[in-house]
Amino acid sequence: MIVRILGEGQWDVPDDAVEALNGLDDQVEQAVTQQDEAKLAVALTALLDEVRSVGTAVPDDQILDSALILPDVGSSLADVEALLAESADGLIPG
Amino acid sequence: MAGIFQRMSLIFRAKTDKALDKLEDPRQTLDYSYQRQLELLQKVRRGVADVATSRKRIELQANGLSTQSDKLTQQAQKALEAGREDLAREALTRRSGIQQQLTDLQAQHAQLQGEEEKLVRASQRLQAKVDAFRTKKETIKATYSAAEAQSRIGEAFSGISEEMGDVGLAVQRAEDKTMQLQARAGAIDELLASGALDDVTGTQKDDITLELEQLASTSDVESELSRMRAQLGTGSGAGTQAIGGGQAPALEGQPAPQAPAASTDYQGRPAAQPNAGDLR
Repeated sequence: MIVRILGEGQWDVPDDAVEALNGLDDQVEQAVTQQDEAKLAVALTALLDEVRSVGTAVPDDQILDSALILPDVGSSLADVEALLAESADGLIPG
Repeated sequence: MAGIFQRMSLIFRAKTDKALDKLEDPRQTLDYSYQRQLELLQKVRRGVADVATSRKRIELQANGLSTQSDKLTQQAQKALEAGREDLAREALTRRSGIQQQLTDLQAQHAQLQGEEEKLVRASQRLQAKVDAFRTKKETIKATYSAAEAQSRIGEAFSGISEEMGDVGLAVQRAEDKTMQLQARAGAIDELLASGALDDVTGTQKDDITLELEQLASTSDVESELSRMRAQLGTGSGAGTQAIGGGQAPALEGQPAPQAPAASTDYQGRPAAQPNAGDLR
């Protein structure tokens, strides 16, 4: 499964490692739901570290779709919400 | 893994599909996208240059503040030597304020450096993908009819659009950060210009310098006077002392009023008196 970390690039995460990411993913979601900034920082750091360590970086000249897009490590609650709230314009130039 | 991150990738993809639908011939879409990619590459490179400019400005300001800090340390030292603890305290208080600004600037500098590295990396990544896209685009255009091309375009197009979305975000964020920092940098420039922090170029004199110069010129006058008095006492009638000897009585007549008058005359003095210059 291809996973993108915003601002960093893409990782190819083997399917059997995806399960392990689920717990970390849940924590990030909880932090967003509970509006807990500190928890978000911790959970996001753990999740991204895990993706980087189990995944293989996708070479620069490979053009692939991502199944998941993760915010980068410095993202605040507001950043994550803004990303999710993106509607018509903004993310894709043009 | 479901939830918000899948949603995020769906958001990216929905936009891509929308862009695709706008054009009738998918091969046209490829050229259109390629143009946008080249534009974005330009934008990223400009972004890198902007961040670098901001970073250098912060470096200059940090150097300026650091010079100020050293100068205030020296002033405190001089003031203490002159027995003016109040002045030394004032200099050190200002120095601690400047140190704080300096610490802030250093943190901002590190932040900008991080942004710069990220953008450089992003532009390398995008460049490699744009090159790969161009090759793929030419192959598709040469090999397939419009109808066939549709199915071939899929991932190349949405993949590169996702990359562009990501890079676009990074550029936007770097721009925001640079703008915030420029506003703060402007405030420090103003502070330096208003003299509150003293001018780093040293063209304007701050009040501590002025007071130290007054102290110095007063003591210069005193030591000059005592040197002349000493000459009057010992050197009797030497030919080379004729001029000094002729002026001395006039000075000796009114030593007390002479000193304060000299001390307010500081502005013309530093050039003529190396001692006063040392204090700056």
